[in-house]
Amino acid sequence: MTGLPNSTERKMGLVIDLDTCVGCHACAVACKEWNTGGYGAPLADTDAYGAEPSGTWLNRIHTFEVAPQAGPAQVVHFPKSCLHCEDAPCVTVCPTGASYKRVEDGIVLVNEDTCMGCGLCAWACPYGARELDALAGVMKKCTLCIDRIYNENIPQIDRIPACVRACPTGARHFGDIGDPASAVSRLVAERGGMDLMPEQGTKPVNKYLPPRGRDGWRDGGDAGEVNLAALADPEPGGFLGWLDRALERLG
Amino acid sequence: MAKATQPELELSPPVSDEVRQTTCYMCACRCGIDVHLRDGPDGSKRIRHIEGNRAHPVNRGVLCAKGSAGIMQHYSPARLRAPLRRVGPRGSGEFEEIGWEEALSLATGWLGEIRHADPRRLAFFTGRDQSQALTSWWAQQYGTPNYAAHGGFCSVNMAAAGIYTLGGAFWEFGGTDWERTKLFMLFGVAEDHDSNPLKIGMGRLKSRGGRIIAVNPVRTGYNAIADEWVGITPGTDGLFVLALVHELLRAGRVDVGYLRRWTNAPWLIDRNPGPTFGLFVRDGAGRPLVWDRKTARPQPFDAPGLAPELKGDFPHPGGGRASPAFELMARKYLEPEHAPESVAARCGLSPGRIRRIAAELARTAFDHAIVLEQPWVDFRGERHDRVIGRPVSFHAMRGVSAHSNGFQTARAIHLLQLLLGAVEVPGGFRFEPPYPKPLEAHPTPHCHTQPDYPLPGPHLGFPRGPEDLALEADGAPARIDKAFTWENPLSVHGLMHMVISNAHAREPYGIEVLFLYMANMAWNSSMNTGAVMEMLTATEADGSYRIPRIIYSDAYSSEMVAYADLVLPDTTYLERHDCISLLDRPIGEPDLVADAIRWPVLEPDREVRGFQSVLIDLGARLGLPGFVDDDGQPVYRDYADYMVNHERRPGVGPLAGWRGADGKRTGRGAPNPDQLARYIANGGFWSAPIPEEARFMRPFNMAYQEWAVGMGFYDAPKPYVFQLYAEPLRRFQLAAEGHGPRQPPEHLRRQVKAAFDPLPVWWPPFEEAALDPGEYPLHAVTQRPAAMYHSWGGQNAWLRQIHGENRLYVHGSVMAGLGLGDDDWAWVISPHGRIRVQVRRMDAQNPGTVWTWNAIGKREGAWALSPDAPEAQRGFLMNHLIHELLPPKGDGLRWSNSDPVTGQAAWYDLRVRLEKAAPAAAAEPRPGRQKSPVGQGPDTVEYGKEWT
Repeated sequence: MTGLPNSTERKMGLVIDLDTCVGCHACAVACKEWNTGGYGAPLADTDAYGAEPSGTWLNRIHTFEVAPQAGPAQVVHFPKSCLHCEDAPCVTVCPTGASYKRVEDGIVLVNEDTCMGCGLCAWACPYGARELDALAGVMKKCTLCIDRIYNENIPQIDRIPACVRACPTGARHFGDIGDPASAVSRLVAERGGMDLMPEQGTKPVNKYLPPRGRDGWRDGGDAGEVNLAALADPEPGGFLGWLDRALERLG
Repeated sequence: MAKATQPELELSPPVSDEVRQTTCYMCACRCGIDVHLRDGPDGSKRIRHIEGNRAHPVNRGVLCAKGSAGIMQHYSPARLRAPLRRVGPRGSGEFEEIGWEEALSLATGWLGEIRHADPRRLAFFTGRDQSQALTSWWAQQYGTPNYAAHGGFCSVNMAAAGIYTLGGAFWEFGGTDWERTKLFMLFGVAEDHDSNPLKIGMGRLKSRGGRIIAVNPVRTGYNAIADEWVGITPGTDGLFVLALVHELLRAGRVDVGYLRRWTNAPWLIDRNPGPTFGLFVRDGAGRPLVWDRKTARPQPFDAPGLAPELKGDFPHPGGGRASPAFELMARKYLEPEHAPESVAARCGLSPGRIRRIAAELARTAFDHAIVLEQPWVDFRGERHDRVIGRPVSFHAMRGVSAHSNGFQTARAIHLLQLLLGAVEVPGGFRFEPPYPKPLEAHPTPHCHTQPDYPLPGPHLGFPRGPEDLALEADGAPARIDKAFTWENPLSVHGLMHMVISNAHAREPYGIEVLFLYMANMAWNSSMNTGAVMEMLTATEADGSYRIPRIIYSDAYSSEMVAYADLVLPDTTYLERHDCISLLDRPIGEPDLVADAIRWPVLEPDREVRGFQSVLIDLGARLGLPGFVDDDGQPVYRDYADYMVNHERRPGVGPLAGWRGADGKRTGRGAPNPDQLARYIANGGFWSAPIPEEARFMRPFNMAYQEWAVGMGFYDAPKPYVFQLYAEPLRRFQLAAEGHGPRQPPEHLRRQVKAAFDPLPVWWPPFEEAALDPGEYPLHAVTQRPAAMYHSWGGQNAWLRQIHGENRLYVHGSVMAGLGLGDDDWAWVISPHGRIRVQVRRMDAQNPGTVWTWNAIGKREGAWALSPDAPEAQRGFLMNHLIHELLPPKGDGLRWSNSDPVTGQAAWYDLRVRLEKAAPAAAAEPRPGRQKSPVGQGPDTVEYGKEWT
């Protein structure tokens, strides 16, 4: 069993906006290309050109249909990666101490030198956010691009996770969620950011911003419809009569 | 764990040895990319990673899934390695590798012979390439009339409707004013054009609290994040839009001031029965006239100080009567047939909803208008202190375009934009340089050939009337694809999808050489795929092929490669020169002009050559004018040399940046030998801001017009007004009504008269009209996933894990009715054929529509995949169900399954029914296996292992 720090100096994490995620997989592939040549073993692909291609990914996009009480079915795209939980069960379950949560920033990492690939952590994670690499035999997971975010060989503006850097709709935000004044914390407050499966008691650091209401229209009786109709009928002479008066006004 | 026990990490590992900036080619979006290179174990440069270029105007740093997967495309095992000569039967994939000299000699021999005998015997068509300024010029110098790219089955309806109406189209010719718009209405969009700008813009709009209304039968991708989803019945968008028009007119919620000044709404239309009925009334100098309220007489539309009438009945200066176009338009759309009550059921919507959307458009446009204090001067010489913005914007693409009523539907959307005053204003739709450009600034089609001579002008153009059709003296089609004939007079992008079918049928004539580039015509780029494969392999009694010779250039082992006699292997996008040119499809944004290059950030390690360099080499070997000098020596060394030194007009070349001997000129200037170095130093692109006073109202704005002349877009100012009444269409209609020397054949008269309405009009999709909807109750459409582009993505080890197989998505009510469950097998049956596929339930779609992802299915043996790959076994194409012709009508004629105006392939018109099938292991049909000339990809990929 491995211990968790009592507290971390910062709580670095992602805020993911489900209102603007179009499910394009840009973040997932940007993550894979950065990390396959980055921290730890490559993210291997087996049967890469064959019948059952399968690879290690640190971030995957799930798509759900939602049927609201009223109105048409909706589609929600849901990117999922490690949530860097404060009470991370993947860490406490690790028999070798390979899984750990960093004191400085709260990032949960796997020390691949001491990981024996037993898979207990993946079993303990309620989010399915860890993947055992088929070739290296070590556990892989989101590092929040720890080899980017402090990297002095990268321009300051790019010291963010690869997924955030790539996201075309701006649906991914990175920062210190432990600091109430940070941009990400303000966003969480404004938009009602949520924990994923809070009942699990893992206290995830990453937050999800819920989709805003969709399809709020209802036929008949709403202000918009009245607005247009009111203009239409009382005009003597119909549209062309109205036009005459409009042209008079314009001169 | 205490901090002291944490492992020591290297937080600043080296990232790359070098960053080279070029242009992505994982789809047609053309983003700027930073390619990070590191030395590999053998000392050669390897890609560490690819990310978006933050300074680039298209993607501003972001990158899509395809772009980030570029590593796997560049190192794909499906890359061709050397020129190939076919040694087995066509379609078998049996080849021998040959040297370039032999390959080019062969090609030169074949092409030279027919140029001397009859240049029409070459059909040269290109697919998704971005070098049409070069390929079209080559074909013109060769002298064949048979050239086009793939727009005929892509989105020509959108392009043509835009040019004839606005002088520019959605596509890549303009975009939304994302920073100001408040309501964005999106119709059936393709994911592979302008995709990152759309995603960036929609994200920005939402963060500002703006609203998105998405009109699409399927609620995926962009439609999923829309505030309101309009799950319309496919092919009824035009009906819906004209009902919005009806409502706006009925309520008087239209921008009368805008229509009067900046559109042809006040232009007088001849109402005298006869050969001029419906044409503009003009003065002696040919200027269209309006009726001026102040002087109570007709005046040229461009005179200053006018107060034009929009309605009424006025004396025609030449005798008889005339009325403003606006009156004709208003009367037409105020008819009850356009009322929401009349159309709602057919569209799958309620009348109240149509009225409410009309109200929301009007409210946003007029009650939330933007005033920009930007003085400007119009072409009438009138000065304006400000620009009024209508923060309502629209975008549409293939979902509207790929229907047989797509041209007029796109026109209807443009009409709606104009009624709202929402084009070229703040918050609306704004052009991207070198657009706007009026119809008059475009060429007309050219088709007349003679041996050993160039064509007299460009192949593709915009006909103004029947006199511009590509017909021989006897009325026969001049082109193999029958573009610019009465079947499809405005086929401004040609009809690539008809070339193989017509060449096989020898109608209008046979050809000798079919020369294709980057177009998977033996697979996902053809309708009726199985039959096309048969046509490519059909033989004569003596065993010779009916299409005698096929030359194909591609970078990868695609399905089409197997059908070529000679394969010219292209490079990957990171190994080549290209120019994203203002002469072609540029990358500008509303506030800036830009162009870009690709350059070899990595050197090829195979015997491959960039196709454009090969084409230039072939041009020189054939002695084509412009490709050789007076001594017969090659003018250009390669494509890079052409990009710098070619001048289309004096001082105007493929690239606009850093021209002039000193590199200080933009737009116009002498070739600069250091030009490419300047592009590379600037990140692979060039851009310049449009002057502030020239950013809006550009068709009428003299500051813009003069700037555009300076840039070399045209040689004199070409101001114009938007054409909501399209006179060129009326000219074709007049011919169909029996006027003029060139008239349609009898069987097409009615079709031309109906389709060429000078005001937008809707008709039911042709296939639907030709069959019993009870027998084929479902609409079937395809769409392109955000993470896959055409068939290219199938070879990509990462992307194929995302989209390695496809399902037919079926509404729950239909699933239940047929007793289908997820992953069950079903037959999908069209009037033309049937396929067996797996289904999956999806309720977030129009209940009468089924859909799937495009181009996921692959032929066994293609793309270096193993034959048992899911793409080859369970992946499927809808193409098998679609015919290039409509079901026979019993009149013995071949009726094209396409838009009657442009010839756009109507592949979204497809109607099907489903039947439950027995459990199966594989999709049907599965055309036999092709032998792979490149073997099969490796079992495992551990990319980047050397650095970890």
